[in-house]
Amino acid sequence: MTLVLPGEQVPAQHVNLKLGPGLLQLSSANGDSAIVATRAGDLNHSANRSKWWIESNSRRYVPAPQESVIGMVIARSGDNWRVDIGSAHMATLDGLAFEGATRRNRPNLKVGSLLYARVSLAHKDMEPELECFDAQTHKAEGFGELKGGFVVHCSLKMCRLLLDPKFFLLPLLGARFPLETATGLNGRVWINAKEARHIIAVSRCIEAVDPDGGSMDEAGIKKFLGTLDI
Amino acid sequence: MPRPPSPSIPEKEFLYGSLKQSLRLDGRNPLEMRTPTLTFGPDLGWVECAMGKTRVIAQVEGKMVKPPPERPLEGLITIHSELSPMASSEYESIRPSEEEVTITRMLDKVLRRSDVVDKESLCVLSGQRVWHLRLTIHCLADAGNMLDCACLAGVVALKHFRRPEVEVVGEEHDPSERAPLPLSMHHTPFCFTFAYFPDPTILPVLDPSHLEQRLSAGLMSVALNAQRELCVVQKAGGMPLDQQEVLRIVDVAVGKAKELDKLVETRLKEDWAGRTVEVR
Repeated sequence: MTLVLPGEQVPAQHVNLKLGPGLLQLSSANGDSAIVATRAGDLNHSANRSKWWIESNSRRYVPAPQESVIGMVIARSGDNWRVDIGSAHMATLDGLAFEGATRRNRPNLKVGSLLYARVSLAHKDMEPELECFDAQTHKAEGFGELKGGFVVHCSLKMCRLLLDPKFFLLPLLGARFPLETATGLNGRVWINAKEARHIIAVSRCIEAVDPDGGSMDEAGIKKFLGTLDI
Repeated sequence: MPRPPSPSIPEKEFLYGSLKQSLRLDGRNPLEMRTPTLTFGPDLGWVECAMGKTRVIAQVEGKMVKPPPERPLEGLITIHSELSPMASSEYESIRPSEEEVTITRMLDKVLRRSDVVDKESLCVLSGQRVWHLRLTIHCLADAGNMLDCACLAGVVALKHFRRPEVEVVGEEHDPSERAPLPLSMHHTPFCFTFAYFPDPTILPVLDPSHLEQRLSAGLMSVALNAQRELCVVQKAGGMPLDQQEVLRIVDVAVGKAKELDKLVETRLKEDWAGRTVEVR
């Protein structure tokens, strides 16, 4: 693992090369191509060196296709919804991109509703588009409106950590009290639990563990949970 | 850009619901403020004040100028504050937002018009030379209640600053002769902001966080010093308040001002003890 800066060349070569976040292929006129980094961070690659990506932390979300995000409905324009996902531009969500939605029967979303959706289109020159179902099966797959609960804002690295099944925080909290979460890759985590103090405990723990804030470790969180009223 | 979007419905409902149970999202009591952390820089009069994730830098500089003819015996103080998009993406750099105007005016009232610094002590030679103090306030991050943080940073910067003691020899003045002197201050005002919510059963909260501020039905800012002298009360619109309520809030703020005064004094003393000022 090495640290790279934007513009630096990356020695990524493979017959079946796949580039992840933070890497760009530049091709010159004579047919050569070079892989350069577009952001600063740790350069990672898979065991067989076919997949390369850069890992870094940031607060501002840049949409990428197939990522699950949490958005808030801002307005309705015709058949579409305008959704704020924390990126530089608003995302559009087709009113029919829900499970079982038809022209007659479409979900009743209000301005200010929260959604768990997937980015279906993210092109640098176009507004991102969202969908709330799996385009192949037309099933919800967990996407849709999020009712109740609360949203915590965290750094982008923190939400990637929360999605890691081996990460200690959510199992630790889940052992104390039942809770429900939906993690968006745009730095928003929706949490729900029976009691308000549990939700507050989760949100404070996420803030404490966030590498952008407290960056507390497992032992620290166990001690911190002891001081909370749960 | 059509920013900022107001908080979502679940956020709003949860915040009101938990405040009704007197629970705040950061685990504070309704009338508890975040403990400010003061960091002093290498120069005198450079202070960074952090309350939670809200961060403000204040800096004082002194300059010799000729006083305006109508006030030949008084020094000048100017306050420059700017809310850039650095603090939060809600602020635009082109047009000052309503909040920016409020902060600038409050800072002016609290730090300048309440006569914090004895302006006559800034006079070097009547009608010829006075000190011009320039207080610059940079808002680095806004996580709610920027006003209190900026006021605190400004006051502490003024207390931390020491102006060079000068000796007038004919037309010349030489600043490096003696040890720099602290400004002569009349009092130390602190600003406290309380947020009120639309539901009258929810008690007001002190030092609102960003979300609390956005969902409040009105803010009331009280500036006073530890000697119970009220300097500014600001309430721009929002919920109507009872006379009793205002008096109660002022009483609460007096207690907080005493605590804050102690904290500021200890931090300044600690910093001064660890600092060696060269006298040439």
